[in-house]
Amino acid sequence: MALIDLANPTRFLALVARVLPWLAGATLAAFALGLGLAIAAPDDYQQGATVKIMFIHVPSAWLAMLIWAVMSIASLGTLVWRHPLADVAAKCAAPIGAAFTLLCLFAGSMWGRPMWGTYWVWDARLTSVLVMFLMYLGLIALWRTVEDPSRAGRAAAILTLVGTLNLPIIKFSVDWWNTLHQPASVFRLGGPTIHPSILAPLVVMALAFTLLFVTLHLAAMRNEILRRRVRTLRLMQAHGA
Amino acid sequence: MTALAAVLVRDARIALRVGGGALMGVLFFLAVVTMVPFALGPDLALLRRIGPAILWLGALLASLLTLDRLLAADQEDGSLDLLLLGPAPLELVVATKAAAHWLTTGLPLVVASPLFGVLLNLEPAAIGAVALTLLVGTPALTCIGLLGAALAVALRRGGLLLPILVLPLAIPVLIFGVSAANAAVVGPLPFGAPFAILCALTLASLVIGPFAAAATLRHAQE
Amino acid sequence: MKVGLGLHAGFIVAAYAAAIAVVAALIAWVVLDHRAQRRMLADLEARGITRRSAREDDS
Repeated sequence: MALIDLANPTRFLALVARVLPWLAGATLAAFALGLGLAIAAPDDYQQGATVKIMFIHVPSAWLAMLIWAVMSIASLGTLVWRHPLADVAAKCAAPIGAAFTLLCLFAGSMWGRPMWGTYWVWDARLTSVLVMFLMYLGLIALWRTVEDPSRAGRAAAILTLVGTLNLPIIKFSVDWWNTLHQPASVFRLGGPTIHPSILAPLVVMALAFTLLFVTLHLAAMRNEILRRRVRTLRLMQAHGA
Repeated sequence: MTALAAVLVRDARIALRVGGGALMGVLFFLAVVTMVPFALGPDLALLRRIGPAILWLGALLASLLTLDRLLAADQEDGSLDLLLLGPAPLELVVATKAAAHWLTTGLPLVVASPLFGVLLNLEPAAIGAVALTLLVGTPALTCIGLLGAALAVALRRGGLLLPILVLPLAIPVLIFGVSAANAAVVGPLPFGAPFAILCALTLASLVIGPFAAAATLRHAQE
Repeated sequence: MKVGLGLHAGFIVAAYAAAIAVVAALIAWVVLDHRAQRRMLADLEARGITRRSAREDDS
């Protein structure tokens, strides 16, 4: 099946229907393995058992960035290649990305309290993720503000691409700002070196989360295509078809 | 070039008219600067320390809140459609509108900032640094806001959505503007480094803002 | 050598509970939305409003 077939919504729906159960199964299996490895992982020399929070925090951060990248590519698809399903992909990725960004922030906070004694620290990484969360929410607000999905899609695509430009600038700025304002303490998120017994559960959990995203994303895209069909049919009905 | 000059003059005239709102930005700036001591208390030493930050935040908010005048009014009376059909490239047209907006809204903020700096007990070096960084930074805020204004036109809805979309894009300008202003006074760091980065951000936004805004307006017409 | 989750068990549990809550919420969103769309499409079809391609091929 050629990639071009993915441009046809009906074929896409058929593909999703076939693939989704396998993806869901693979996700479950990966999570089972990952959680097993996480539970079995030894306590860290410095952090104790709280290192296990890393198995949630780091994959969430990875997903937050991956999903933003997916939205950026989808935005290019909308603006440059006029791919019919690109804006569907972008729209459905945003809430999933926002959810995992929020999870990343919360897990980071849960890790921070035992480690640094405070629930929140304006360190470079957490602050950059907070700004990314704000940008996700702005995009979702944008999608919901416009009734016509394809007009919303073009506006959101432009904003996403500008946001993508902004992210490295934000990271750089916040790094700078951080060195200005916190000269004494040096917070090392994630530790200096990663021991293999920590690495294995981390990688598996990252894989599991990624599979989860793909499953959710395809399912959400299917829902969005159906939603647009409902909308079209209702418009036809209103116009007296 | 006459077309662009005409756009510039027209926008400037409209902004300076009674209902134009050019001085509203400055008034809002004053309001914010006045609010802060009410919230923090009249401790002059504290105000002197955080003065540059307050001035920058006030200028940022004042810039944001005057943005919806930039394109929305033209869209309402139909002149935006005429501009889209006109001879000059759309990117230059919106850039010219941004220039007119900055001259009538942003520049007054810069001019007013020394006076407000006195209110916050800033020393002369700090006042000068804040004014200079605002002079360089407010065009960036206007150009970044230009994209937001174009989105507001494309979406026909405003409200708080516009500031929410624009604020994350303005964060780097804020960070480097304030740190340059502080560095001139307190600094272990030299003023030059953050100031140069601020200039770079402004130059980048002068290009990206109009291009992104023009693209948004074009796509909105389809 | 496992000694349980140690001093900071509460935080570890909270993080994992949040993860489960977020994942469950996302799955619920996707599943419930799917059912809602299917229901609306069936409803419209029952009223005889279908897409042209659906009418021309098999239904």
